[in-house]
Amino acid sequence: MNQYIPKGTAKVSARGLDVFYGDKQALHHIDLDIAAGEVTALIGPSGCGKSTFLRCINRMNDLVEGARVSGTLTLDGNDIHDRRLDVVQLRARVGMVFQKPNPFPKSIYENVAYGPRIHGLARDRAELDEIVMNSLEKAGLLAEVESRLSESGTSLSGGQQQRLCIARAIAVNPEVILMDEPCSALDPIATAKVEELIDELRDNYTIVIVTHSMQQAARVSQRTAFFHLGKLIEVGGTEEIFTNPCEPLTQGYITGRFG
Amino acid sequence: MTDMAEITAAPAAAQAAARTDVIARRLARRHAAERRFRAIGIGAVVVSVAFLGTLLFNILSNGFGALLQTRILLDVAFDPAVMDIGERRDADSLAAADYGGLVKAAMAARFPEVASRGEKRELNALLSNGAGDALRRMVQDDPRIIGTTRPIWLIASSDLDMAVKGIMPRQAGAEGLRFSERQLAWIGKLEAEGALARQFNTRLFTAGDSREPELAGLLGAIVGSAFSLGITLLICFPIGVATAVYLEEFAPKNRWTDLIEVNINNLAAVPSVVFGLLGLAIFLNTFGLPRSAPLVGGLVLALISLPTIIIAGRAALKAVPPSIRQAAMGLGASKLQTVTDHVLPLAMPGMLTGTILGMAHALGETAPLLMIGMVAFIVDIPAGPLDPAAVLPVQVYLWSDSPERGFVEKTSAAIIVLLVFLSLMNLAAIWLRKKFERRW
Ligand SMILES: Nc1ncnc2c1ncn2[C@@H]1O[C@H](COP(=O)(O)OP(=O)(O)OP(=O)(O)O)[C@@H](O)[C@H]1O
Ligand SMILES: [Mg+2]
Repeated sequence: MNQYIPKGTAKVSARGLDVFYGDKQALHHIDLDIAAGEVTALIGPSGCGKSTFLRCINRMNDLVEGARVSGTLTLDGNDIHDRRLDVVQLRARVGMVFQKPNPFPKSIYENVAYGPRIHGLARDRAELDEIVMNSLEKAGLLAEVESRLSESGTSLSGGQQQRLCIARAIAVNPEVILMDEPCSALDPIATAKVEELIDELRDNYTIVIVTHSMQQAARVSQRTAFFHLGKLIEVGGTEEIFTNPCEPLTQGYITGRFG
Repeated sequence: MTDMAEITAAPAAAQAAARTDVIARRLARRHAAERRFRAIGIGAVVVSVAFLGTLLFNILSNGFGALLQTRILLDVAFDPAVMDIGERRDADSLAAADYGGLVKAAMAARFPEVASRGEKRELNALLSNGAGDALRRMVQDDPRIIGTTRPIWLIASSDLDMAVKGIMPRQAGAEGLRFSERQLAWIGKLEAEGALARQFNTRLFTAGDSREPELAGLLGAIVGSAFSLGITLLICFPIGVATAVYLEEFAPKNRWTDLIEVNINNLAAVPSVVFGLLGLAIFLNTFGLPRSAPLVGGLVLALISLPTIIIAGRAALKAVPPSIRQAAMGLGASKLQTVTDHVLPLAMPGMLTGTILGMAHALGETAPLLMIGMVAFIVDIPAGPLDPAAVLPVQVYLWSDSPERGFVEKTSAAIIVLLVFLSLMNLAAIWLRKKFERRW
């Protein structure tokens, strides 16, 4: 059921990944490869562990009280739990966009500039300006905010805020971008914009997106992984999963018989 | 068909009507309960406002009198012979000159008919013992006035002040009269000639404490309070913020931190006198710091305010949404960067508000300061935190304990000054809170 992708092309790969919150096991022995330069969608009913898996990839679970991770998770073949790898370094390579837009209550410019600044990516103000402009451009937000860069990020609309958060993640120039239901707080038009953006970003970034919308998964992703009760049930090409799933559980979920 | 519809519809309609009825009856009860509750609420507000109003009215009506002070206009001749300085004009001589003599001479010139020593004593008793102080200051400011004659308003005695303000009697034969017939005549004469007036009491804000009510001022207590609060702030703010940040953002959640948290909350509830005793034992007896010093007062007040500030600081940190922390951490900010760059700036207004309220609380503390000996009678304005000093609430306590009638209104005036400072601090806290209201 697990379609391993050809050796050497996996950007992120999990082997025997278990996650516990206290005594409760949230993920059971996950083996999953995420290919470089693709959009991978994680789908499954609520509480099945999609967010948990996503948070493992940039070790945001470290911040959760009582969370314990075992098994291996590699980024470009290197164990992300390796003691030599600083979590700050990891998060610079693996960016994250959250379910609810969460811009800093600072100016739009500062929002985008913060990441490059703490990682020392710009040598001077001009370079920083360039990074900020580029990121806003890539996030498809530049035209809308160019004249108001010093206004607060929280003054933007929900959809604009989410694209600002994407710009903020891009500014650090990560290799992988994790998105946890990035459109769940957005209206259809803003959603369409973000989806378009994800499609464009695919060329340069590896993207993992959690979504509750089958249509969205079908529209933006090349591969889809279906989780159920903390287990990975099936993973494969998006088209295949949606048209010809191997597992009856997957079949049931995507046809809406449970969820 | 229609029949059947009606048959089924009728009971349904009846049921609906009955239900509306039940709801309507309950509604009346609910409204009544609401009205009762509102009446009780309004009653409670009225009672508390009435208490507050009475208190404020009482203090203000008593204390405003102290803002004015009775003075007597005399032509003062700055005669070097009377001043007993001859040709000397150096600072020491000017400071030691006989200004009381100048005052007596001016009084004698005003009432040349007064001859006997007894009469003169009665005449001079109309003026304050400290009436000459103003002359000393004038001469020290500008020695060239020596040899000239100037009209000067001199401070009257407290008895005369009380009589002019109508607090003590001044009719001949009245009970409790503090003046002789002669004195009443002189007072009448001065008043008739416009040489007796109530003027703004500058001494209240420029002088230290005194045994004479008409000479006593609050400056010493104000400066003492400022030094104490300065020390308190210097200690409390950094320690309070650091503790709150550590406990809220860094400390592992385990039994030890729980224990610390419980203890901090308990400390906030410990009676302040206990902190005073602690200060006495540690700062005075163990470290041998001076008694009555604002340094020690500030240290003790810091102990009292610290729990409040830590609790307020933690509440402010808790109010910062976790999504902000996640956003920063997700970008690869370290824990410390997340706190200093994002969490702390957002929590700062709340922390400052808590600090100001803690300071206001400290400003009003009396009991613990009595424990460390800040009840001494101190005339000099403290020049540093190690000089003996009083603080405002202790000054209120000291004055309220004084037997002289003149200190009654002084006490109220000191309370007014204390309340003004407290209100200013609370206003600052409110302003801060309004200005930086949740921005996310
Ligand atoms: N911080 C936590 N502490 C304890 N249990 C948690 C925590 N976060 C998640 N869990 C549990 O782990 C399981 C997986 O949660 P997770 O958030 O990964 O689900 P999800 O698939 O993202 O669900 P949803 O689609 O509703 O977001 C759930 O049973 C949840 O109750
Ligand atoms: Mg989730």
